[in-house]
Amino acid sequence: MVPFFAYATMFLILPAAVVMVGAFKSDHGGYTTSNVMAILRTANLRDAFWASIKLSFWTAVVGGLFGLLIAYASIRRGTPSWIRSAFGTFSGVAANFGGIPLAFAFIATLGTIGIVTQFIDSTFGINIYEHGFAIWSPRGVEIVYLYFQIPLMILVIAPAIDGLKAEWSEASSNLGASRYQYWRHIGVPVLMPSILGALVLLFGNAFAAYATAYALTGGTGLPLVPILIGNDLSGNVLSNPHEGQALAFGMFVVLAAMMLFYIPLQRRASRWSK
Amino acid sequence: MKKQRIAPSAVVWLVLGAAYFLIPLIATLLFSLRSLQTGHCCTLSSYGVILHDPNFWATIKTSFRLALETIVVGLLLFVPTIYWVHLKVPRMRPVVGFMALVPFVIPPIILVVGLLKFFKDTLHAPFWFLGKPDLFLVGAYVILAFPYIYFSLDAGFRAIDVHTLTEASQNLGASWRTTLGRVILPNIRVAALSGAFLTLAIVMGEFTIASLSAFNTFPIYLQQINQDKAYPAAAATLLSFGITWLAMLSILLIGRRGGQRTVRVGIGR
Repeated sequence: MVPFFAYATMFLILPAAVVMVGAFKSDHGGYTTSNVMAILRTANLRDAFWASIKLSFWTAVVGGLFGLLIAYASIRRGTPSWIRSAFGTFSGVAANFGGIPLAFAFIATLGTIGIVTQFIDSTFGINIYEHGFAIWSPRGVEIVYLYFQIPLMILVIAPAIDGLKAEWSEASSNLGASRYQYWRHIGVPVLMPSILGALVLLFGNAFAAYATAYALTGGTGLPLVPILIGNDLSGNVLSNPHEGQALAFGMFVVLAAMMLFYIPLQRRASRWSK
Repeated sequence: MKKQRIAPSAVVWLVLGAAYFLIPLIATLLFSLRSLQTGHCCTLSSYGVILHDPNFWATIKTSFRLALETIVVGLLLFVPTIYWVHLKVPRMRPVVGFMALVPFVIPPIILVVGLLKFFKDTLHAPFWFLGKPDLFLVGAYVILAFPYIYFSLDAGFRAIDVHTLTEASQNLGASWRTTLGRVILPNIRVAALSGAFLTLAIVMGEFTIASLSAFNTFPIYLQQINQDKAYPAAAATLLSFGITWLAMLSILLIGRRGGQRTVRVGIGR
């Protein structure tokens, strides 16, 4: 017990506390809220938070929707069980396939000389880069993030879909309910806490991601909060410690708020499992 | 009851999903087979470039060593703790469980700022600590791996009767160390191994902390090689994907044999 808590204190609690306190320190050793307030006042910092939140929100919603549909399609009755285990296994891998390799896979696919970019160009005569698409644009980064968001949704939501008992659907159809009525009154309400919990998890997952966005944009193309923090910290020296720590504090606040939603949703969702 | 057939809408979604997952992988493969001189398909020369690059072997060895060290430190730290929590202080379980959620609120990008601030500016740690990946990076990676090892081990411990096993072993005269090493550990082997393989996948792919604290690991090599050699970078990407694949497949295989499913999700991005 003691070594564990000592370790966690040294490598997690104290470093985190140093950042939180540092966000409120002024140059003269006193305390100030101006570093943190600067996030709201400075246009480029505010924009970075807004861009990060938009990116996380859309990839969570779109990834959540597709993940849900794919998970349901692979689990529902009639789908051969090997398809289900193939998608399950692949999701386990793909949800862990983030960072630099993921970015390069998409640069090889949809980059300026990517395979799919050139294929579209040679087949349809359309160069997508002349029509406003770029892999380092917000749209491009969203497409890449979905590659780990969708599998994460499949992994998280599959047990909840499994928990929908066949008897419920049979009972409702014996009582004369349509498929729509079954989903409207039974399926969706039972799944809702799990779906919302998973969306919160997906949001936090995208919000905290650094390596993928860094490799796609080279650290300059798209200002997201983690990218700005990384830029403040070049070559293991904090070049702009106030801004870096204030941004880290802002990120922490957003993620902690997510956790506050997630924990009760998780508790609610576990009611139907067992 | 008539035999159920696969629903048409299910086919549509599964095909769309499979296409989205597979196209980037196929594209990366084709990209890696392009010729360095002409840009046309197909040659294995990019793989030759990677496999003959001493930097590739050096960084992959470093990352692998760091992964093993993280696994050893992590298991030494977490197995006795979780065992003790289950055996003696079950009311601490929510506390340790809560600690396992903290790394989600303090992601790598915040952790690295905190670690550098704390060890450099607050503690003025010496260079032999800050400059050594085996100390500084492994220190951080144990924290990153903690939630994954914890969730694996917690499930493993819940599945066995810790009290009976411990009492039986102690009644037969075994010491604490013998009980832990020869009785408990073999019973949670599957959980410990899944945690270990997840940790391997995380450490082999970790970029944020390594890059911002200026260490040269495999993901850093991957990032650097892309700057001047795009096709070999694709080859190295596929090799890296292969490592994640192997680690995850190993979890599934040992999990199946042990009759347990403990695949959790990763944060190595």
